[in-house]
Amino acid sequence: MSVPLLQFEDLHVWFDLEGGRELHAVQGVGLELEEGERLGLVGESGCGKTTLILAAMGLLPPSASVAGRVYLNGEEILAEGEDSVSPHRWVDIAMVFQGAMNAFNPVKTVGEQIVEPMELHGTASGRQARRQVGELLERVGIPAARASSYPHQFSGGMRQRAAIAMALACKPKVLLADEPTTALDVMVQAQILQLLVGLTDDFGLALILVTHDLPVVAQVCERAAVMYAGEIVELGPTDTLYHDPRHPYTRLLFAATPDLYGTDEVVSIPGTPPRLDRELTGCPFTLRCDSSFAPCATIKPRLIATTQDHLAACHLNDPALKAAS
Amino acid sequence: MSVPSLPPTAFDEGAAVADVSGVTPPGRLGFLRSSALRRPSMIVGLTVLTLFILVAIFAPLLEPYDPRAKTGDVYEPPSSAHWLGTDDGGADMLSLVIAGSRVSLIVGFAAALVAMLIGGTIGLWSGFYGGKSDTVLMRITDYTLVIPDIPLMIIVAALFGRSLTNIILIIGIIYWTSTARLIRAQTKSVRERTYVTRARALGAGNQRLIRKHVLPQVLPLLIANTVLTIAIAIFAETYITFLGLGDPALISWGKLIENAFDGDAVLNDAWWAIVPPGVCVTLVILACTMIGMGMEDALNPRLRVGHLSVRRFRLRPLKGALDSK
Amino acid sequence: MSDYGQSALLEVENLVTRFPVPRGLVGTVSSRPKLAVRAVDGVSFSLRKGEMLALVGESGSGKTTTAQSILRLVEPESGTIRFLGEDISKVSSRRMRTLRRHAQLLFQDPYESLDPRFRVRATVEEPLLVHNEGGGHAEREQRVREALTRAGLTPPELFIDRYPHELSGGQRQRVAIAASLVLDPQLLLADEPVSMLDVSVRAGILALLDGLRQSGLGILMITHDLSTAAHYADRIAVMYLGRIVEEGPAREVVTNPKHPYTKALISVVPQRDPRAYAAPQILHGETPNPIAVPPGCRFNPRCPIAIPDCRSTDPELRVPAGAAAGHLAACIRA
Repeated sequence: MSVPLLQFEDLHVWFDLEGGRELHAVQGVGLELEEGERLGLVGESGCGKTTLILAAMGLLPPSASVAGRVYLNGEEILAEGEDSVSPHRWVDIAMVFQGAMNAFNPVKTVGEQIVEPMELHGTASGRQARRQVGELLERVGIPAARASSYPHQFSGGMRQRAAIAMALACKPKVLLADEPTTALDVMVQAQILQLLVGLTDDFGLALILVTHDLPVVAQVCERAAVMYAGEIVELGPTDTLYHDPRHPYTRLLFAATPDLYGTDEVVSIPGTPPRLDRELTGCPFTLRCDSSFAPCATIKPRLIATTQDHLAACHLNDPALKAAS
Repeated sequence: MSVPSLPPTAFDEGAAVADVSGVTPPGRLGFLRSSALRRPSMIVGLTVLTLFILVAIFAPLLEPYDPRAKTGDVYEPPSSAHWLGTDDGGADMLSLVIAGSRVSLIVGFAAALVAMLIGGTIGLWSGFYGGKSDTVLMRITDYTLVIPDIPLMIIVAALFGRSLTNIILIIGIIYWTSTARLIRAQTKSVRERTYVTRARALGAGNQRLIRKHVLPQVLPLLIANTVLTIAIAIFAETYITFLGLGDPALISWGKLIENAFDGDAVLNDAWWAIVPPGVCVTLVILACTMIGMGMEDALNPRLRVGHLSVRRFRLRPLKGALDSK
Repeated sequence: MSDYGQSALLEVENLVTRFPVPRGLVGTVSSRPKLAVRAVDGVSFSLRKGEMLALVGESGSGKTTTAQSILRLVEPESGTIRFLGEDISKVSSRRMRTLRRHAQLLFQDPYESLDPRFRVRATVEEPLLVHNEGGGHAEREQRVREALTRAGLTPPELFIDRYPHELSGGQRQRVAIAASLVLDPQLLLADEPVSMLDVSVRAGILALLDGLRQSGLGILMITHDLSTAAHYADRIAVMYLGRIVEEGPAREVVTNPKHPYTKALISVVPQRDPRAYAAPQILHGETPNPIAVPPGCRFNPRCPIAIPDCRSTDPELRVPAGAAAGHLAACIRA
């Protein structure tokens, strides 16, 4: 087994709140990403998925504190905080931010903005950099000549492609995409997803696709992790997640998503996610779960393997506990 | 219409409504309270200003001597009998300064009120209705901005006489322009908010929209801006009077400084005749500025977060976290 | 065109709404023809009581402008809008004010559509105050509570004194729905009612809208999400560059699409089941700018089955071969 390209080990992130309290946004996440893999990170707002990938980039705000480890190609990148992660930023691991298509500098051309990380990190400069910019743009489906256009002259889909090109400027091995298609039309979404699939298939890029949209993950990712209340509650092949979910939240999340041809009733999940500024006992999902039983309120379930490549954090998968109740 | 069977409601008994401790209530007093608590400079500013206001209100009771009477020698230095010495007419400086606070503060507050009323109305009208009236009003604003204030004051003083009312009006008429622009921008922004469109869609007329939806959003900014205008107005009164355009019968800080210059205080080394009124003006302006800026910062939380912060996220050692899962 | 007769709540015929493109000083002085964005370029449809019509399309399709034009929030240029039998396309703003109580608008962003300074009571009560309804204070309070209950916010006491920032997205949207219901409208125009809500909350809101539809409310839902439309709407109308290119019963349109745009759109909608085989027909480029509508069939530059005739013929919306009744498509090859 080769060393995974990106690995999270027991990662915790806390945010300072007013009054000395803390928000435990990420609670002990362990995850691995292999070369050329497309991993989906699914969850609703507040589950910690964006915080998790920001931690890998070392882009957390000063109000955050981090514990645990992040390995990039076997090297621990958060060991010294900012000092150990900044050399890798953009060069080995890059990110397409949420709303990146709206975060362009309006007074600089798109080409200038893609060259910027190259020059900053010293991977290319001058004529060579401009040539690489042209190649990058072509690779993401934009004619190279458009490098001299300004962001407002691009459509939304083109700006998103440009944002992806910018992320790839220093030829990283890992790309973290945060809701890359959320604000886009479904046809443009399909184009962007096709692009991302092409990038991973043809260039060995490893991708973490963060989204709340389950069907997108089902279509694009071979494996997915479902996050809830700062933790991964289920992890496995997307096929198994849909056909044999081992956590009620995963099952209910699928059931809450209308399908184009499906005729099953679409359900909502009652209640709201728990507050993360308080200590929780038991399973964080128990109040909203339709299958909770005795141990759920008091014992916190751990992420355990149900089959070789499928893990879930739910007492229902523990035969001993089920028998005892 | 009969009530149909209800779908499950989206709340859970335990977490029915978000816990609001620590969240600013949107009422006007609430925002003031929270902004005051957050900035020590604002507390200092409020204290200083309140002190001066109290002095102005109770001036007749606080003056040790009659400010217009000759109670000592000309330019007597500070002593136990005259804490701040005397002026060129032998009147007690402390009493003069206390007496002067009334006019200075009255002019300051009244002129700022005039400026706020003119600027606020123009800004609100311009911003809300747009179109031709906006263009016309903004052109008027531009022309007013361009008028040099001192020559205008000289002309008005010459034409209409040097009374207190005239001074208040002049200051108000000159300084409403920045308020108008600010309020216009804010009104335009609020007018486009979804809840205003929704209110319009359900049939609310312009009057109601302005009164109930736009004005409450604009008022806090208007108040913050008015406080800053008070500072400007007090300063304006001071130098108008210093230039000899003030009401000759009234005592104000500007008048005291004018007297000091006319009475050759500098030649007589009588610093006590110039410095105290100057210090008072400075303190009041500083206090108003601190309050005004504090309010503006409270209104715009985004000003506080800096992405260029030098501080970074922190690292924590895992405390027994490895055996928690 | 309309065979719904008396139960037609809303009948729109050949609606056209244009936005003039602002011209600079040079443009105004020159004799160049005035450019206009034909956001809605001849749209016709009907909506019955107790029916949900989903207006589906991508950005630039004109779906939002259509809804705004119906309520005269944006002035249409031509066409008729018959609401409750009356043509409202040209009536005075005073008359429009009175009619607005019967047609309500629900917005996309629950975080922005409630005035942050209004408590829930004030928001839901506002329509009553605007239209001078609901007698005294006590009667209004009663109607507010009823509306909150209908919107699923029970018990109403728990919500009536709250500020929006104390509520979740789904709860806020329900407050907006309650405010729409308090005047007992006949028509609700919902603009992407759930796109900004979490997935687990959407079904509740949509089920609520469905329940309201069952009790007689006519709903025009604007959405870009075909899956939601397929599930909840009775009928779907697919819009492209200001026109309806396909219209019919929801299930029918989704399982048996006749227009190449609809076919392409459906083929790229991701599905939940990773095994669901999809041969996505990804079209080139993006929807062109509505300023420059292509001649002939407006879809022809991107159409995978375009033939030379398509560049010169502007197809009509008609029943294509092999389609069920009420299923229309605007394609000469369908």
